Amino acid sequence: MSIMKPSKPIGIVGYGSYIPRYRIPNREIARVWKEGRTGVPIKEKAVPGLDEDTATISIEAARNALMRAKINPQDIGAVWVGSESHPYAVKPTSTIVAEAIGAVPNTQAGDWEFACKAGTEAMQAGIGFVAGGMAKYVLAIGADTAQGRPADALEYTAAAGGAAYIIGAAAESLAVIEATYSFVTDTPDFWRRPHAHYPSHGQRFTGEPAYFEHVMTAAKTMMAETGRTPKDYQFVVLHQPNAKFPARAAKMLGFEKEQWETGLLSPVVGNTYSGASILGLTAILDIAQPGDKILAVSFGSGAGSDAFSITVTEHITERAHAAPTTQDYINRRKEIDYATYARYRGKLLR
Amino acid sequence: MRDVSIIGIGQTPVGEQWDTGLRHLAYHALRDAMIDAGVERVDALYVGNMLSGEISAQAHLGALIADFAGMRGIEAIKVEAACASGAAAVRQGLIGVASGMQDVVAVVGVEKMTDNIGSKVTAGLAEAADADYETVHGISFVGLNALVMRRYMYEYGLKHEDFAAFSVNAHANGANNPNAMFRSPITEKTFLNAGMVADPISLFDASPMCDGAAAVILCPTDLAKQFTGNSVRIAASTIATDSVAIHDRKNPIWLQAAEDSARQAYKLSGYTPADIDFFELHDAFTIMSALSLEACGFAEPGQGTRLAKDGEITLSGKIPISTMGGLKSRGHPVGATGVYQIVESVLQLRGDAGENQIPNARVGMAQNIGGSGATIVTHILERNN
Repeated sequence: MSIMKPSKPIGIVGYGSYIPRYRIPNREIARVWKEGRTGVPIKEKAVPGLDEDTATISIEAARNALMRAKINPQDIGAVWVGSESHPYAVKPTSTIVAEAIGAVPNTQAGDWEFACKAGTEAMQAGIGFVAGGMAKYVLAIGADTAQGRPADALEYTAAAGGAAYIIGAAAESLAVIEATYSFVTDTPDFWRRPHAHYPSHGQRFTGEPAYFEHVMTAAKTMMAETGRTPKDYQFVVLHQPNAKFPARAAKMLGFEKEQWETGLLSPVVGNTYSGASILGLTAILDIAQPGDKILAVSFGSGAGSDAFSITVTEHITERAHAAPTTQDYINRRKEIDYATYARYRGKLLR
Repeated sequence: MRDVSIIGIGQTPVGEQWDTGLRHLAYHALRDAMIDAGVERVDALYVGNMLSGEISAQAHLGALIADFAGMRGIEAIKVEAACASGAAAVRQGLIGVASGMQDVVAVVGVEKMTDNIGSKVTAGLAEAADADYETVHGISFVGLNALVMRRYMYEYGLKHEDFAAFSVNAHANGANNPNAMFRSPITEKTFLNAGMVADPISLFDASPMCDGAAAVILCPTDLAKQFTGNSVRIAASTIATDSVAIHDRKNPIWLQAAEDSARQAYKLSGYTPADIDFFELHDAFTIMSALSLEACGFAEPGQGTRLAKDGEITLSGKIPISTMGGLKSRGHPVGATGVYQIVESVLQLRGDAGENQIPNARVGMAQNIGGSGATIVTHILERNN
């Protein structure tokens, strides 16, 4: 058995999301770099404002998670932030968040990295931490302010956003995590060296041998070992670097459009990297009904996928609307042009 | 000078072979060809390849592949003539056997284009052009071919849709080739709706970047019967060159090297265009198909697209081309292509082309073009039985 099941039942006690309000349409990026010619991968992406970064996004999402969980932040035993755009190479984002939400000083804190799956691995570790009796609650966050290299294909989708999950005992949870699984190999499809401002990638190599190999294998293994098939799930949410990959992967796995469309946010917010699949999960939890089953699979370049098999409980009903929903953040939108985007993202040399 | 025949063939599927490296691809094709020929050792190995240095930081392929294929110590070298490397390697193999200096020779064409990012591969392909006088201006290889296509369309009053039949035919045939990269037929509408790569060359005018390896085993025709009853004779093997830079050509929309090497091949073989049952031409771009048909005497100047529109290039037409998908649909792993063309010609002549079989195929022609037409290798092949 390769999947991981905690020794005690564990679940999601609270969840929260945050998406910056600024949006730049893909056609605006194409206007600058391609004179508007050729297709674009998504409609628009979210851009962080001048005073926003992974720490601020994490704090907003964490506050929303606390509003839903209704717990004392002092009872949080670990604050873990996963990102590929931590504001510092050395100086943890997690302590900024822990201090801001009142979880300090008796708490574990640490920063995580594994490209776009840094948040889900913090969630996995959180399950073990709680089940092992090390903490009553763990706050696991995936958030990013991804930088897109100008004129590169990924500039169209590199976006900002994040989601926070408070992991605790199943009895208090709005959704129970019945099992989780991690499938990893050393596959260098996308990377960034310490001195580099922008990441590099292997173009078509990021598809079949990276994204599809890991997402599909993790999903298939999870379903095989839990004895489930696609029709057992009301929802599926996959890592979403663009609109095409997750739709194609879901279809290849045997899911229908109705199952994956609620969690597919990349067409309107872009690829929020460590926030991506878990932001999609918050959108599903916002409208899910008790008893609904969700299959969530993240993907991090380098590479690996974390799969979660989740069942929603009756607690979802009173908690989903205790904080702004992800759709509220999607609707709160201010369109900016390329010049403003270049300024906000620090692309203009002074 | 001895007569030379092909006694064995091998090929890998063409595509994005993420899990297979350069030397492994070559080994698979070589091994299959040797098994097909029933030989366990060869006297020499010729490797056709263009981009291994640029893409994989690996030159020295003769020794490398001979060793990896279990033939350490034999005579082995790499042959390079841009995208004509494959057929040029076959010619070198033929010269080795014809001269009497080698008896059983292996030729493998191999290319691994997916081991690097697009811009690196594009820069590598541009080395087929003239670095000091063409590439220095920033033009890509597709761009050069686009200029030729643009001029040709202007001179003969043609529209982009006049080239659709080449692409439609290639994909129709590729659909029945298990080794082809693209195995779906397309319609003229697909061709017309394709995005531009370098105007007027669209996505469906241009062959894909891909990986693949193909191999042949050669021996004197007199010895061939000892190995197989299915051997194919090389009736002619010729190379002609022209200026690398298009602007130095007498006529930029005429493949002089194709005319020269084809004329020489017809003379050596005793065959004329009317005798050719199928033509594996170098359809890297649809314009090259039109120009090849004209230079080799199958169509009048400016009438190449007419021949295609009239359906004469299909399997049931007067001069079937790209019978197993061609460069467009089977794929164009550049240094390997020339050997794929010859392997496919052998399949036709043996009667092993499956659903794409030309009935009673007896004489076939394969032509491999290097660069925009500066090296053109022509082979005429015929059944031995």
